[in-house]
Amino acid sequence: MATLKDATAVVGIGQTAFAKQLPESEKALACRAILAALHDAGIDPGEVDGLASYTMEETDEVEVAKALGLGDLTFFSKVGYGGGGSCATVAHLAAAVATGQASVGVAWRSRKRGSGPRPWKNTGVQLPTPAQWTRPFGLLRPVDEIAMLARRHMHEYGTTRDHLFNVALACRNRANQNPAAVMYERPLTRDMYMTSRWISEPLCLFDNCLETDGALACVIVSAERARDCRHRPVYVHSAAQGLPAQHHGMVNYWNDDPLTGPAWTAARHLWKHADFGPEDVDVAQIYDAFTALIPLSLEGYGFCGRGEGGAFTEGGALESGGRLPLNTSGGGLSEAYVHGFNLINEGVRQLRGTSTAQVPDAATCLVTAGEGVPTSALLLRT
Amino acid sequence: MLTPVVDDDGAPFWEYTGRGELRIQACADCGELRFPPRPCCPHCQSFASEWREMSGHGRVWSYVVPHPPLLPDYAEQAPYPVVLVELAEAPRIRLVGNLVAEAGGRLDSVAMERVRIGARVQVVFDEDGLPQWVLERA
Ligand SMILES: [Zn+2]
Repeated sequence: MATLKDATAVVGIGQTAFAKQLPESEKALACRAILAALHDAGIDPGEVDGLASYTMEETDEVEVAKALGLGDLTFFSKVGYGGGGSCATVAHLAAAVATGQASVGVAWRSRKRGSGPRPWKNTGVQLPTPAQWTRPFGLLRPVDEIAMLARRHMHEYGTTRDHLFNVALACRNRANQNPAAVMYERPLTRDMYMTSRWISEPLCLFDNCLETDGALACVIVSAERARDCRHRPVYVHSAAQGLPAQHHGMVNYWNDDPLTGPAWTAARHLWKHADFGPEDVDVAQIYDAFTALIPLSLEGYGFCGRGEGGAFTEGGALESGGRLPLNTSGGGLSEAYVHGFNLINEGVRQLRGTSTAQVPDAATCLVTAGEGVPTSALLLRT
Repeated sequence: MLTPVVDDDGAPFWEYTGRGELRIQACADCGELRFPPRPCCPHCQSFASEWREMSGHGRVWSYVVPHPPLLPDYAEQAPYPVVLVELAEAPRIRLVGNLVAEAGGRLDSVAMERVRIGARVQVVFDEDGLPQWVLERA
């Protein structure tokens, strides 16, 4: 059987500026990010024959291909569930390239979430299920849905606001080292965190990701082709999607164990196909739309036991030099929130040795997509 | 306030609550309760279902307290608790709802210090048939 392991590599990454408001359209931003990624790889747009993005991406393949002068496309896919699809875009292209469906794949996400509308305010397009069971009661926003799990995790396992602060602080500290980060010049203190306004108790302002305009892209080719590109290849070692049995999306309230989310399912597949385990991961880029997703993900991906995700964050574990340096460009909490695509590009920079918060000799990186929704994850290696 | 956007599967639930009954879908073949409602039983794949009446007793499994920005009708009552109630008959079935002082009460009608995980609650229905929850007397 053909295997995905190290068969493909990320050879180009590109991005626009990140800001609360950018003047250009999402389409223009998408084009700029993709061109930057192709330039970084040293590959001509005419060679691109595969595309992958999110179902929430507003710029479709036809628009991208005709604007950029891409070649004939033989593979294009879109992955659902918002930020849960981030890593799957790379995974789909890796599978396509490894099986000969495409030779040069580009994944991208462009979003004006900073200056555009908040999706939860649009009550006209709510899906009847499961919104009928939640929205009338004032459980309106993603933060409310995740706060419900966060409160239960605190109750069952003694997770504290200080644990969540540890997550917010690690991301902010890395953003303070990254000139591209929205929060580059904005340090965070415990006092600021503890006295900030509530958004949905027990989650406060700093438990929530940024609202950002920006776009990112990356280029995937075969391992053989990768050796001829400009930069050191970053191999896709293992990739997985995860939709657990009897999972209900972000309102995962109707099964035996709502605190065991899609991360657990993706992780089982990811590690099964990898040559190394959680203890060998040098640096992690874990989806952080909310701080509370980090303890859940640390448990799911096997960095600690069930219920230990809060305690894991103690003693600077997520900081540079800690047990598991986290979100080293600042993540969604402090660099930019572009549905997690910035986590992918930062994973590549770490393994190239070019991060602004470089982990010395980093050779392995876990990148994850949104936990709490059908998700995906990648193991990258040098 | 938002009203339920009902689909085919959920319609019976709301018809029953409109009559003051809390009923949950159950498989007519294997008997397993399931929520949210769906066309087919995930345990035995039967399409036959019935709606079983619940006692209306439950316990708070978790809760959140949303603060603005919120939709205007909700912002006006914020902060308010939203509870997740596990049903006495089926702890895996947890209904999202509001804890109120009495049927039809405002979302913020219960003092926040009385809201806690594990609190025993009882279902009531507002004038539109929307289920709400009141604290049971100790
Ligand atoms: Zn059945």
